[in-house]
Amino acid sequence: MSRGTLLLFAVAVLIGLPLIVVALSLLNPQWDILAHLWQTVIPEYINHSLILLVCVGLGVTVLGVSTAWCISQYDFPGWRYLSWGLLLPLAMPAYITAYTYTGLLDYAGPVQQLIRDLFNVSIGDYWFPNIRSLGGAVFVLCVVLYPYVYLITRAAFMQQSTAAFESARTLGAGSLKSFWRVAMPLARPAIATGVTLALMETLADYGTMEYFGVTVFTTGIFRTWYGIGDAQGALQLSALLLIFVIVLIMVERYSRRRARFYQQRSSNRTPQRRPLKGWRAGLASFTCWLPVVLGFLIPASQLLWWSVEKSDVWLESSFWVLTGNTLWLGLLAACITVLLALWLAYGRRRHPTRPLRAAITLAGMGYAIPGIVIAVGLLSPLAWFDHQLIAASKWLFGMNPGLIFSGTVIALLFAYSVRFLSVSLQTVSSGLEQITPQMDDSARTLGASGRRILWKVHLPLLKSPLLAALILVLVDVMKELPATLVLRPFDFNTLAVRAFEMASDERLADAGPPALMIVAVGLIPVMMLSRALRNKSIKTGD
Amino acid sequence: MRKLNRLLTVIAATSATLVSFTSAAAEVNIYSARKEALIKPVLEQFTEKTGIEVNLLTGKADALLARLGSEGENTPADLFLTVDAGALYRAVEADAFQPLNSKLVESAVPEHFRSKDNLWFGLSLRARPIFYSPDRVDPEQLESYLSLAEEQWNDRICIRSSNNLYNQSLVAALIEHHGEEKTQTWAEDFVSNFARKPVGGDRDQIKGVAYGVCDVAIANTYYFGHMLNSDDADEREAAQKVKIFWPAQDAQGTHVNVSGIGITKHAKNIDEAQKLIEFLVSEESQKWYAQANYEYPVRDGVEWSETLQQWGEFKQDDISMDVLGENNGEAVRLMNRAGWR
Repeated sequence: MSRGTLLLFAVAVLIGLPLIVVALSLLNPQWDILAHLWQTVIPEYINHSLILLVCVGLGVTVLGVSTAWCISQYDFPGWRYLSWGLLLPLAMPAYITAYTYTGLLDYAGPVQQLIRDLFNVSIGDYWFPNIRSLGGAVFVLCVVLYPYVYLITRAAFMQQSTAAFESARTLGAGSLKSFWRVAMPLARPAIATGVTLALMETLADYGTMEYFGVTVFTTGIFRTWYGIGDAQGALQLSALLLIFVIVLIMVERYSRRRARFYQQRSSNRTPQRRPLKGWRAGLASFTCWLPVVLGFLIPASQLLWWSVEKSDVWLESSFWVLTGNTLWLGLLAACITVLLALWLAYGRRRHPTRPLRAAITLAGMGYAIPGIVIAVGLLSPLAWFDHQLIAASKWLFGMNPGLIFSGTVIALLFAYSVRFLSVSLQTVSSGLEQITPQMDDSARTLGASGRRILWKVHLPLLKSPLLAALILVLVDVMKELPATLVLRPFDFNTLAVRAFEMASDERLADAGPPALMIVAVGLIPVMMLSRALRNKSIKTGD
Repeated sequence: MRKLNRLLTVIAATSATLVSFTSAAAEVNIYSARKEALIKPVLEQFTEKTGIEVNLLTGKADALLARLGSEGENTPADLFLTVDAGALYRAVEADAFQPLNSKLVESAVPEHFRSKDNLWFGLSLRARPIFYSPDRVDPEQLESYLSLAEEQWNDRICIRSSNNLYNQSLVAALIEHHGEEKTQTWAEDFVSNFARKPVGGDRDQIKGVAYGVCDVAIANTYYFGHMLNSDDADEREAAQKVKIFWPAQDAQGTHVNVSGIGITKHAKNIDEAQKLIEFLVSEESQKWYAQANYEYPVRDGVEWSETLQQWGEFKQDDISMDVLGENNGEAVRLMNRAGWR
């Protein structure tokens, strides 16, 4: 290995460090606690996790692909607004959506109250779905996570060559048939990437599951660690969770096994949008409005309602400090993560050796690991480094510089890189896959250097995936809670921390303003994202 | 090499200014599992009175403890504050505390609300009684936690998940009083009486009684206090449909848990930390600290808030808080076996 790849390998392993700590815990199995958990709770965890994966997987695919198809192919009233409106649920943390739906649909909420008043019945006399259940968790995760599929699939549909469609059409395939036979297979890698991201987030979710009383691995990890006081047992449960992730990644790889879907980007023509009229336009509108209403408008209105009730909070200066903290931390983490992803993805493209590929896969698995496990996996290596540094400094200068890595912003940024590298890596890699090796070859034949190819050929083509990655990570960091909670410095809070403290004290209305602010701050990047994507599609249309 | 030397000098110089800067003002650093809103005001009062700056980091008890452990002797934390006896016990087990010898604090905090070796001291008490609907339940039917396993409560009980620390401490206490075997049978029958799968927090259980989802619930009193004094009219109305029953008055007494504080083993600002603990157990802050969250003050003779006075006096279970911690792991296993999710 050259020095460059060695460094690359080292960084990938460093990012994978917390996962290695988790995996190593299996070397020293706590048979006693594992046997107990196996007999009592683990079958249920596996059962619930599988149901969640299958249902959320199906749900986000249906919602994400159907909306992406409508927005990329058809002209119907409101499609321009919907094209970015469909991204809005990204700004909602899943646990916040869970709180708002509980506030609305629970027996004490306005909906059931209305039913009772209207029909003069009392609780138990009528049937109403229980939102705080496994089914409710599937619902919440679907409406919150489908934008990952929508975002990536829409880009794929838009980049698909018109030639392929036109050939299909010429050969007599109808709209539906060309969708199933041409567009879907071509978009499969993109769909797989989006669904994998959504499912990894599903596996790592703690807030929603805990609030809805759904027992899964994440809740079990907390319970074993805090309740039984067994950190080793908790790590071993995390290792079992890791097996799910590995299977997930393998399924994704398998689903794109034949795929090196390098596309001939034919001509400069934008695919012609087909106008829809009558019931077809209605159906397309409904398909696209439904997830926006369920995933954004309803929960955001509930938050707004709570925030109006607690309006004095908006005048507190500390509240704006929180907002500032959240924003700059998110931006910094997003930049670091995207640069790392770019570097790693390039390394993999240029030197696709087995160890390097394995290390990068490892580095990309953090997304499915609950933030708390990552945080704990990071604590000891960071502290070790600090202790060495302090010892060295005492010996050299006779003074103690204090903790430099633990309990500082550096620790937070490291944790975010571990947790969210996958998001940026997947987005950047799928962008990179669209650039054919022939393009490099042509550029090289024309005498361009490696660096020049990067600046003049790749970067312009990668602009939109890079921006997408940047924004996805930014929004994710702003929502992140458990790792922030453990690793942050003294007197340093973010909006997510404040919202959580209020909500976990069951003061939902007080959680409203910070939660709304996360959403509001998250909206700005989401809009930027959609604008960037739109400009791009217009430019290629020129 | 010269470059490296210069870099090191710069680092040294900056950190020297940092160190001198931070040590200029007296300060004390707390890791706290109690929420910011419920502690910050009293810390500000402390700063105002003594001029000692307080730096606060809030989080979950065991995560903070893990951080404390990995930071080791270099930790900036001088104090660790948490809200459950089990967590305090785990802190003691992890050797996170050092003893504090202060006659002032010892005289303020009753013996069973501090650790044997004065490693930590209770600051407030959190009672966990039974709540019932006076319309559907005759208080004569209620007796103790154990009696909730009776047939008559089938499909009538609300309680939150056993992930919750307060449930774990409650079962830990029951194991101590009644033995493991009896508690296991009790737990199985008790779980089969649940009106629904455990969801939500303590407030949700009280609301469950108010809205007729169930007839009795177990919850901490301060959630009830918050509901009674809520800004939200619906919540106040709901709370008024529910009453407290103090269980086990003829036996061990109603279960109480504790929030407590201790000086960390590697504290740098021990004097300031001691001053802060003394301040927190003083009558004045005890009153605020308890009232802010409708908890009971740990110190005798401190006036209760009006809400608490309305609920009346009751007999507390005076089991040692250390025992709650010791039994915590067993309690979770027992609940796992009983299918209490």
